[in-house]
Amino acid sequence: MSTIAALVRKDLRLELRTRESVPAMALFSVTTFVVFHFGLDRSSVAGDLASGVLWVTLLFAAMLGINRLFVAEREQGGFDGFLLAPVDRTALLISKALALFAFLVAVELVAVPAFVVLLLGPSPSGALPELLGILLLADAGIAIIGTLASALAVQTAARDLIAPLLALPLLIPVVIAAARATTPLLLESGAESVALRWPVTLGLYDMVFALLAYAVFDFLLED
Amino acid sequence: MYGKGLRPLSLATCLTLTAAFALVFFYAPLDADQGFIQKIFYVHVPMAIVALLGFVAGAVMAIGHLRTGDRRWDMRSYVAIHVSLILGVGVLVTGAIWAKASWGHWWVWDEPTLVSFLIVFLLYATYQPLRFSIEDPERQARYASVFAITAGAFVPLNFLAVRLAESLAHPRVLSATGGALPGDMRLTFLVSLAGMGLLFVTLWKYEMASKHASAQLRALRRKLGGEERAATGRSAAPQAPLPIRQAS
Repeated sequence: MSTIAALVRKDLRLELRTRESVPAMALFSVTTFVVFHFGLDRSSVAGDLASGVLWVTLLFAAMLGINRLFVAEREQGGFDGFLLAPVDRTALLISKALALFAFLVAVELVAVPAFVVLLLGPSPSGALPELLGILLLADAGIAIIGTLASALAVQTAARDLIAPLLALPLLIPVVIAAARATTPLLLESGAESVALRWPVTLGLYDMVFALLAYAVFDFLLED
Repeated sequence: MYGKGLRPLSLATCLTLTAAFALVFFYAPLDADQGFIQKIFYVHVPMAIVALLGFVAGAVMAIGHLRTGDRRWDMRSYVAIHVSLILGVGVLVTGAIWAKASWGHWWVWDEPTLVSFLIVFLLYATYQPLRFSIEDPERQARYASVFAITAGAFVPLNFLAVRLAESLAHPRVLSATGGALPGDMRLTFLVSLAGMGLLFVTLWKYEMASKHASAQLRALRRKLGGEERAATGRSAAPQAPLPIRQAS
C-alpha cells in the first residue's frame, strides 16, 4: 500500500514539476472543441451529437496521456529502479492506473466546463451527479486499459503508433456505454434519466479489465 | 513432427469441404425470403465462428507460453492468430456481399455481429505490428502472449457490449430464438462448419510444419558450418526454437 502511495506521489510530483501531460491534454481537448465547431458547422450541440463530441474528444485527449505514461520509466531507468526494489510488481500497474485516472480527472475539470461553455446547447446543471458518475466510471476504464496498452507499447520501437492502435479497439465498449449513458443527460428538452444498464456495463467492463490487467501485467516487466 | 498426419488431414478437409459445397448447392433448399444469396451463409457463418474460436485458441496457447516459458507455445499462438486473421478477411468480405445483396448496402452499422467482428479484427490487426516493433525475440514472444490473452478475453466482451448497443437485426442461426433452422439446412450448416474447422486445423498444421522445417534447415546449415544466409526481409513471425538435435 505504501509502495503504491509512494509511486503515485512520484508520478504526481513529476507531473507537477514537468507539466508534460495534463496541460497538453487539456489544451488538446479545448482545441478539439473548436475544431468540432467548424467541422460540424454548428454553434451548439445537444443530445447524442453532444455526447459523441464530448467522448471522442476525451478519448483522444486520453491517448496523449496514454502515450506518455511510461516514457519516463523507460528513458530514465525507472523500470530498472522499480525492478531492483523488493516490492510487488502489481504496485506499478495500480499506481500508474491511479496516476492516469488523476490526470484524466484534472483534464476533465478543464475540458468539461469548456465544452459546456463553448459547444453545449442545454445546461447540464440538472444532471450533474449522473454526469460525474459516468465520467468517473469511464475514466476508470480508460485508466486501466490505457495503462495496459501503454505498458505493452512502451518497449516497442513504434511506441506512439502502437499504443493508440491497441487502446482504441479495447476502449470501444467504454465509449459505447459512456456515450449512450450521457446522451439523455444532454437533451435539448432537459435531462432524462439514464438507463441503468449503461453504468452497469461500464462498471463490469472496468472490473473485468482490472482483473485481466492484474493477471498479465507481471509478464510485461520481467527482464 | 508437425508434418505427421498432414496428408490424411488434408484429404479429410478436401472431402468435407467438397461435400459441404455439394450440399449447399444441390441439397439445401432455397431460402424463401432471400433466395440464392442466402447460400453465402454456409460460408460466412462457419468462417466467422472458426475465426473467433481461432482467436480464443490463440489466447489459450499464449497462456501456455506464459505458464511454461516454452517458446513453441508462442509460435502455436502466432500461427493460430495468423490463420484466423486471414479467415477474418474472408468473413468481412462475404459479410459485405451478403449485406449488399439482402439489405442493399455494403456495410450496415446497426448489425451488432458484423460490427463486433470488425472491432475484433481491427484489434488483432495490431498483433503483427506489435511483434514487428519489438527486436528482442524473447520479449517479443512475451509481449505478444500478453496481447493475445487480452485480446482473446476481449472477443466475447466486445460482442456483449456491441449487442447491447444495437438493435437485434442480424440473423442469429443457432441462438435460442432464431435457432429454427429446418433439418436439411442445419445438416448443411454443420457439415460446412466441420469443413471450415478442418480447414483451419490443416492450415495451422501446414504453417507449423513449414516453420519447423525452416528452423531445422537453419540448424543443419549451421552444423555444416556454411555461412549463415541473411534472412530475406524482416518478419513478424516468431523464429522456431532450434530442434533438439542442434549443433552444440
